[in-house]
Amino acid sequence: MATRTIAGKEIQINNEGFMTIPSEWDQEIAVELAKEEGLTELSAQHWKIIDYCRQSAAMSGAAPTLRNITNGAGVSTKDLFALFPKGPAKKVAKISGLGKPEGCV
Amino acid sequence: MADENRKVAFICSKGNLDMAYPALVMGWAALGNGIDVTIFFTFWGLDMINKERVDRLEVAPVANTSMKMTMMGVNTGNLGIPNVMGILPGMTAFATKLMKDKMDKLEVPPVREYLQMLMDAGAKLYACKMSVDMFGLKQEDFIDGVLDIVTAGDFMDMTEGSQIIFI
Repeated sequence: MATRTIAGKEIQINNEGFMTIPSEWDQEIAVELAKEEGLTELSAQHWKIIDYCRQSAAMSGAAPTLRNITNGAGVSTKDLFALFPKGPAKKVAKISGLGKPEGCV
Repeated sequence: MADENRKVAFICSKGNLDMAYPALVMGWAALGNGIDVTIFFTFWGLDMINKERVDRLEVAPVANTSMKMTMMGVNTGNLGIPNVMGILPGMTAFATKLMKDKMDKLEVPPVREYLQMLMDAGAKLYACKMSVDMFGLKQEDFIDGVLDIVTAGDFMDMTEGSQIIFI
């Protein structure tokens, strides 16, 4: 467990860089985290997915799996992988300020 | 640093329902983590991409020493399903239904849908030429999205640098 400063705020992170306290997250932090993941700009489609992940995690306590995201946020698998290239699983969760998804699907 | 992407290739050689899932689950996890995925279907594994077979994959209790009575909801510990029971008509269908129900409860998609997810996420699917010839199949017999029918040599060429998993 460690702390880091991002977008002018101090946040708690684990050794893989995932935020550990979801309530510390805000949109400015998401924008900065996205840049670190290689996404220079977050479109409305990105936000739709991030918002869904936040809501889903608030209900279930865990980051949604990719299939939860495609079913729940109404995005196709193709679009999800295009919006978050090179592996959306960890990327989406990290940018959304959540832990690694815990399911396999 | 040369940023060569990690690559994984699966060889699917089985057509049983339980043996269809390992490549699907691991392949999906790989894609989610940004790893390139190639899947080569050979022998009975061709059932997984055969339009007529993909929705009808089964699991048989006969000679399956891991399938216990407890799977049927009978709490009998290590007691197996007697092979002589497994040969009764309908037992394979019954065991298959049990497994499909369990997977459904875990929200695991059926094989056809899983393959579509993998292809949408960028997995490349190929059928083995020798097996295709042996079973008298054609490209039209396969689900949409299977890229080509290739030889074992082609597979070796296209998986240079990949980690290969045989199932």
